[in-house]
Amino acid sequence: MLKAAVIGVGQSAFVRSYPGSIRELAFEGFKEAISDAGISAKDIDASVFCSAPEYDKQRSPSAVVAEYLGLNPQPTFYVESLCSSSSTGLKLAYSMVASGVHDVVAVIGLQKMSEISSAESQERMGRGADIQWESPFGTMMPAYYALHAKAHMDKYGTTLEDLAAVRVKAATYGQINERAVYRKAVTPDMFSDPENMMSSPVSSPLRVGDCCANADGTSCLIVANEEKAKLFSKKPVWILGVGAASASVNLTGRDKLHGLKSAELAARQAYAMAGLGPKDIDVAEVHDCFTIAELLAYEALGFAEPGGAKELIQSKETFKDGSIPVNVDGGLLSKGHPIGATGGSQVRTIVLQLRGEAGDMQVKDPTIGLVHNIGGVGIYGNVTIFGNE
Amino acid sequence: MGKKPEDVRFAKFGTVSFTKTTRVNDFIDYLEDSKVMYTHCKKCGAEFFPPRADCAGCLSSDMAWREVSGTGRLVSYSQLKYAPVGFDGDLPYSIAMLDYGDYQVFGRLDGDLSLAEVKIGMPMVTVVNELPNGQLNYIFKKA
Repeated sequence: MLKAAVIGVGQSAFVRSYPGSIRELAFEGFKEAISDAGISAKDIDASVFCSAPEYDKQRSPSAVVAEYLGLNPQPTFYVESLCSSSSTGLKLAYSMVASGVHDVVAVIGLQKMSEISSAESQERMGRGADIQWESPFGTMMPAYYALHAKAHMDKYGTTLEDLAAVRVKAATYGQINERAVYRKAVTPDMFSDPENMMSSPVSSPLRVGDCCANADGTSCLIVANEEKAKLFSKKPVWILGVGAASASVNLTGRDKLHGLKSAELAARQAYAMAGLGPKDIDVAEVHDCFTIAELLAYEALGFAEPGGAKELIQSKETFKDGSIPVNVDGGLLSKGHPIGATGGSQVRTIVLQLRGEAGDMQVKDPTIGLVHNIGGVGIYGNVTIFGNE
Repeated sequence: MGKKPEDVRFAKFGTVSFTKTTRVNDFIDYLEDSKVMYTHCKKCGAEFFPPRADCAGCLSSDMAWREVSGTGRLVSYSQLKYAPVGFDGDLPYSIAMLDYGDYQVFGRLDGDLSLAEVKIGMPMVTVVNELPNGQLNYIFKKA
């Protein structure tokens, strides 16, 4: 297999409501990514469009986006794995490039969630689970993650304060990320104040403050083989390991709720392929759609032993100056979670970190970075490892 | 010859069903008879909840219905304060999962149960429940 690198990254601001159509939104991340890579649309051999369906009316959105971005007549296609759609897109682009079929591939992630109401959005998210056997009970994403939170708290003694600490950390960095939808500080006392919105129950034990916000946004990654990466880029960021796994949609098929098996399997694959382990990771982006999800990620990735996530957040080891900085761009909790764009946004953060271009969010001299991106409630687990050498 | 009517029994499952027809539509007949059933593969012995028409293990479609009986252990639960479109009238309600050993069952907690009485690991039973809108589901009650 050939080596492959990310040579360009782009992302729009993540906002509550983008004042334009999906093709126009896609343009924002794409323009930034090709400018970052120092290429033009004609240098791109193929494009992969990534989003979760039923937020906008466009069927086969890859076609209109490719047209608008000047990517005809190159092949284009559409992939989705719910919230990890653009990590799946990246894995496909990696495979297309590493196999030698294409030299340069664009991965465009996008979601314009504001086209529907919040309640409609919850209903669609809920239908990202088992519509035949679970949805008729009135399920939604926070409730599924709440089941995991309750199980984790019961098994390991994780507390509501530990969950709040994850949100406090996210907001620490969300405030300095100009692309984040939520730019305010969050303090632990907001969670203990019944008058504060952050403490308002959503699905026990999760509160408003434990949940990320819907957003509109796009991300774009340019993936190239070694020859093109060296030709175009002064700072290619190499894809060292890709891991992906699936789990039963219906929770009845899971052997535990206090962890996500698909993420554990994806991590194992990515570490094995890269020849690296958890201690080698200098900076990580994990899928914190809910506060509990970040704690589950610490354990799935081996940053903490099973049950040890609470100590890791309590000791602030995942803050920017800690031993394993996690989500120092604000994470999904502060950036917002435009479903199909999220994985690409996480990768962009790691690429900027490994290039030393993350500004106020920069951690000290990282050489290895990791992205953990989950689709649905652990249905799709994706872990990708990057290096700057 | 008239057109054979579509078998849409499954539309009766849950507050809002998103599926009209399935090859395990008999599940609804059993619910109407106050029984919650799972399927058992006659060829390889695998057991499935939710019920399946086809075995993923041996690819046989020769399945037998068996009743969910006895007690399961509560794996986790969560009480919702917001609901998806179509479920607002049920609020607040709690979703939950029971572990029966050979299979697990996903559903709702009995709405009359105080959450103060609910503990992970407690034994519970699965019981058919008629919803105010005439639809059928099943709930978990204290054993």
